[in-house]
Amino acid sequence: MPKSRTRSTAPAAPAGTRSTTVGFGRLLLRNKLGMVGLAVIMFWTLGSIFIGVLSPYGASETAAGALLAPPSLEHLFGTDNFGRDLLTRVFAGGQLSLWTGLIAVAISMAIGVPLGGIAGYAGGPLGSVIMRVMDVLLAFPSLVLAMAVAAALGPGTSSAMIAVGIVGIPEFARITYGQTISLKQREFVEAGRALGLTSATILTRHIVPNALAPLVVRATLGMGYAILTAAALSFIGLGAQPPTAEWGVMISDGRGYIISGEWWLTFFPGLAIATSILGFNLLGDALRDVLDPRLRTTA
Amino acid sequence: MSYVIRRLLAMIPALIGVVICIFLLTRILPGDPARTLAGEQADAATVEKLRVEMGLDQPMLGQFFDYLGDLLRGDLGFAWHTGHAVTEDLATRLPATAELAIVSILIALVIAIPLGVLSAVYRDRAIDHIGRVISLVGASMPLFWLGLLAIYLFYFTLGWAPAPIGRIETGVNPPTSVTGFYLLDSLLSGDMVAFGSSLKSIIWPALVLSTGSIAMISRMTRSAMLEVLGQDYVRTAVSKGLTPGIVVGKHAFRNASPSVVTVVGLEFGQLLGGAVITETIFSWPGVGSYVTQSIMATDYAPVQAFSLLAAVIFLVVNLLVDLTNAAIDPRVRNA
Repeated sequence: MPKSRTRSTAPAAPAGTRSTTVGFGRLLLRNKLGMVGLAVIMFWTLGSIFIGVLSPYGASETAAGALLAPPSLEHLFGTDNFGRDLLTRVFAGGQLSLWTGLIAVAISMAIGVPLGGIAGYAGGPLGSVIMRVMDVLLAFPSLVLAMAVAAALGPGTSSAMIAVGIVGIPEFARITYGQTISLKQREFVEAGRALGLTSATILTRHIVPNALAPLVVRATLGMGYAILTAAALSFIGLGAQPPTAEWGVMISDGRGYIISGEWWLTFFPGLAIATSILGFNLLGDALRDVLDPRLRTTA
Repeated sequence: MSYVIRRLLAMIPALIGVVICIFLLTRILPGDPARTLAGEQADAATVEKLRVEMGLDQPMLGQFFDYLGDLLRGDLGFAWHTGHAVTEDLATRLPATAELAIVSILIALVIAIPLGVLSAVYRDRAIDHIGRVISLVGASMPLFWLGLLAIYLFYFTLGWAPAPIGRIETGVNPPTSVTGFYLLDSLLSGDMVAFGSSLKSIIWPALVLSTGSIAMISRMTRSAMLEVLGQDYVRTAVSKGLTPGIVVGKHAFRNASPSVVTVVGLEFGQLLGGAVITETIFSWPGVGSYVTQSIMATDYAPVQAFSLLAAVIFLVVNLLVDLTNAAIDPRVRNA
């Protein structure tokens, strides 16, 4: 035990130092699949941001002469039943789908992390009540709960965001709860208590930062899941509504054309959903490998 | 026996929680449920009368007990777009969904468990890589996309699948109803034409619905098997000269099976969510497509009823999982 630490006024939290962050970064860069995931995510993100500048067509621009045109040099992804350029719409739709995922995960974290932290730190009846409520939410198949919430709020993009966000709350609460339970026994938390720090300070400044690793992994994997669920809600009519360029809506719109052979209407938006989910799954798995010491061979 | 009772009692608070949850959701509906039911043209007096009839003028707690009473009487509301009680509609359509879910989970088991076991036994070899790609891709596939691609490829292009319009091909008579399951009923009545047609109609939606489960179950089987295969007693079994088949099948898999049973149960519960999508795409006349039709008609009582049903089925499946695990592993029931 180094003697020079005895006069330290703030308890030193073990995680989050610069050298470990650099170490994690290096390990992540070496994870090839994780980098593939990151590249795919960047592809859709940048593509959806810059499509307005790059594409000669507008997302809602119709062309009466080019209805249901198959993929060609002029329209790489073909056109839809209104003659709208699908490539432009798929990238433009990416913006909404990625935002929906981001906001949904933010809602899940903003509610789930404090609930799990309070339940774990306070324990007792309050902790039990919070975690039982989380168990109830977990008793629903996730898509069904999202549907029930979105139906109650009324169809629309924001309903879908809130619904998908609510579905994700219990996972974040459970992770934070588990982490808090184990962290609150640690010396740096006891030291904080001995110094007279309030529970809120201990939770926000010392416990949550140390529980970040599994939360980051969950948030990354959760992004893929959120995009998928939001698109599914749009597909069944509870999320974004036509004529919005959104991946689920586009697949729903193109659905009727599949049995007459116009496959591109559904193929490209679906490919966008599948690859972006794959991207987040690959990155999430890589982050877990890097951040979870139990899975890592070299510490 | 005491474990069974303990486990059954533990389900009650969860059930109550689920009911409260659905009740709260029905009460945060935007606007006035009475106004929605009465229609835009109705005058204020009619709406007010309906509000009283529906008990919406009661305090929240009173409304909750009314709702609970309705549930206990099996009253899940009225679906005005079909003109029937929701319970009636659900009962008519449930066998179609149950048949689809069962066939789908069977497909998932037949593919995923051998795949997961082989991936673990031949770790880092070709079969393991194939298995991991399947589970990664399977987990990233939107069901609605996969279903539409399957229809395009197998119906439109190759002509292998029948038109995606229900449980049996047009022109073939459904079997006499005994269980409501077309496959079983056609076998029971010896109607092989109906059996063949039902099988052809169910196999594609069931395959599509099973992809997510295949991914999850094979992934879990692989990791559970890897954990068990690394243990000393397995090494002992190998060193005493038992054949690989016996070591893997009898010694390792049995100990890996509680994790597998758990994930199978979870996946079966989640299938009801997937069924909404798959049934819609394949025009499968089950509770899933009923929910989508209700949404299209902005008729939400069936959606809430379905959510409740799905949660109850999920809880019961979880109960069965725990009981199965207790039967497999004595440590669970004595804990």
